[in-house]
Amino acid sequence: MRGRHVVMTLYLLFLMLPIYWLVNMSLKTNQEINTSMTLWPQAITFDNYIRIFTDPSWYGGYLNSLSYVAINTVLSIGLALPAAYAFSRYSFIGDKHLFFWLLSNRMAPPAVFALPFFNLYSAVGLFDTPWAVALAHCLFNVPLAVWILEGFMSGVPREIDETAAIDGYSFPRFFIRIFMPLIASGIGVAAFFCFMFSWVELLLARTLTSVDAKPIAATMTRTVSAAGMDWGLLAAAGVLTIVPGALVIWFVRNYIAKGFALGRV
Amino acid sequence: MTKTVNQRAWLLVLPVFAVVAFSAVLPLMTVVNYSVQDTFGNNQFFWNGLGWFQELLDPSSQFGERFFDSLWRNLLFSAIILAIEVPLGIVVALSMPREGRSVAFCLVLMALPLLIPWNVVGTIWQVFARTDIGLLGAFLNRLGLDYNYAGNALAAWATIVVMDVWHWTSLVALLCYAGLKSIPDAYYQAARIDGATRWAVFRTIQLPKMRRVLLIAVLLRFMDSFMIYTEPFVLTGGGPGNATTFLSIDLVKLALGQFDLGRAAAMSLVYNLIILAVCWVFYTVMTNADAGARPSTAEGDPADHAASGSLPPATTIELDRRAA
Repeated sequence: MRGRHVVMTLYLLFLMLPIYWLVNMSLKTNQEINTSMTLWPQAITFDNYIRIFTDPSWYGGYLNSLSYVAINTVLSIGLALPAAYAFSRYSFIGDKHLFFWLLSNRMAPPAVFALPFFNLYSAVGLFDTPWAVALAHCLFNVPLAVWILEGFMSGVPREIDETAAIDGYSFPRFFIRIFMPLIASGIGVAAFFCFMFSWVELLLARTLTSVDAKPIAATMTRTVSAAGMDWGLLAAAGVLTIVPGALVIWFVRNYIAKGFALGRV
Repeated sequence: MTKTVNQRAWLLVLPVFAVVAFSAVLPLMTVVNYSVQDTFGNNQFFWNGLGWFQELLDPSSQFGERFFDSLWRNLLFSAIILAIEVPLGIVVALSMPREGRSVAFCLVLMALPLLIPWNVVGTIWQVFARTDIGLLGAFLNRLGLDYNYAGNALAAWATIVVMDVWHWTSLVALLCYAGLKSIPDAYYQAARIDGATRWAVFRTIQLPKMRRVLLIAVLLRFMDSFMIYTEPFVLTGGGPGNATTFLSIDLVKLALGQFDLGRAAAMSLVYNLIILAVCWVFYTVMTNADAGARPSTAEGDPADHAASGSLPPATTIELDRRAA
C-alpha cells in the first residue's frame, strides 16, 4: 500500500517539476533569470503577462488558435456523428476497408501533408484563414471522432432504434431527440479529443497561416530577437497555453478514464 | 450483434468520406505527381519516372543514406519509447488510488502534459534542461556531469527520451487505468479466496483485462513517436549535427527548407507506406483480439482474413461483456 503512494507521488512530482519551473520563470524578470539560479522568484513580477494581454499581436494569437480549434471540433463531431452511426449499425459494401482507410489517416504523419496542404489551400483561397487549419486538422480528428463515437454507439442496444421507429419517430428526430442524449458522454469525449489534438498541433497550423490567422504557438517564436531570448515572456506565453487545456480537463475529469479508453473497455 | 446490410448507410458516411478525401487524397495526388518529376524552378517539370525512389531506397547514394539513417534513428527512438512508457504506464495505473477525491486530483494532473501544445512541451524542456537557466541542466552540472543537450548527442537523446516519457506516459497510464476499472470486484474476491499472490492477480486478472487498451496504447505511441516532429525540433532542431533528426524533421527540412520537391515527395510516399503497413498489422491484430476466442483463420493471407472473417471493433463490446 505504501509503495503505491510513493510511486504515484514520485510520478506526479516528475510531471509537475518542469511545469513549475516554467511558471517560476514567467514570474521573474529577465535580469533575474539570466544572472541567478533561484528556486522561486525573488521579486514577483507580472510584467510578462501584462505585455501579452495588452499587445494585440500576442493575445490575437490565442484567439486565432481558439477559433480554429472551435471550428474544427464542431465540424469533426458534426460529420462524424452520422458516419459513426452507419458504422455501428449497418454493414455495407466496403465498410471495413473504409473504416481502416479512415483510421490510417489518423496515423498519417502531418509532415507528409505540410507542403501539399500549402498548395491546396492556397489554390482554393483559404490560406491564412482559421478555416484552412480547421479543415486540415479534420484529417486526423474526423477519423478519431468516428472511431470514438462508434465505440460509444455500439454500447447502445439497437432495440432502442427499433422501438423508436415503431413509435413513429422519423430518423432525424430519433437521432437528435433520443439517440444523441444517450451517447452524450461519448460526444463529450470525442469533442475533448478533437479539442486536444487540434490545440496541440503546430506543424500544419504554422504552415497554413502567415499573418492574420497565426496561431499562438507560432507567435511564440517572436521572443527570439537580436537582443537574445526573452525567456520571461516566452515562459508566460507557455503558461497561458496550458490554461485552456487545464480548464477542459477540469470539466471532463470524471470521464477522463473512460474517455481515454475511447469508450472501448 | 448482427448488423443489417443497408447500402444506403453510405449516404451517412458520405460527408466524412468527402472531407477526408479532400484533405487526404487530393494532397497525396500532388505528392505522387511531384515524386515522379524533376523541376529546375519556374514551375517547369520534367518526367523523372521512378528515379527518386531508386535513389531513396539505395543506401549507397547520399540521399538514400540520409533516409535510412533517419529511419533507423526513428525506429530506435520508437523502440526505446515503447520499452519505457508501456511498463511505466502500467505501474502508474496500478498505483492509482482506489477511490476518494485523490483519484480526480491524480487524473487531472496526469492528463495535464497531454494538453500542452507540442511546441510548448519543447519550450518547457528547453527552459528546464538548459545548463545556464534550467533547473535540471544546472543541477546535473553541479553534480559534476558534463551535460549539455545542445552539444552532446547522448545528452540530446536522453533529454528527448525523458521529455517524451514526461509527455506521453500518462496516456498509457490513463488507458490502463480505464482497463483496470472495468474489472469487477468479484474477480479480486475470488482471487483472495484462492489465496492468489499479487503477481498472480496481475498476470491472470489485470493483464488480460488490459490487453485491449494496451494494444491501443502501443499503436498510438508507436505512430506518434514515429512521426514526432515539433518537440525535438524546438528542443534541439535535429542536432547536434544530425543526431536527433527523425524522419519528419528530415522530411520538413527537405520539403520546406530546401524545396527539393521530387526527393521530398518520394520520401513522403515511402514514409506513408511504412505507416500504412504498420497500421494494417495493428488493425488486424486488434480486430482479431476483438474476435477473442473465435476460431481464427489467421493462418491464411491476412488481407483475405480481414476481408472475410474479422469483425469491426463494434462487436467487441458485446463479446467483452459476455466474457466478464
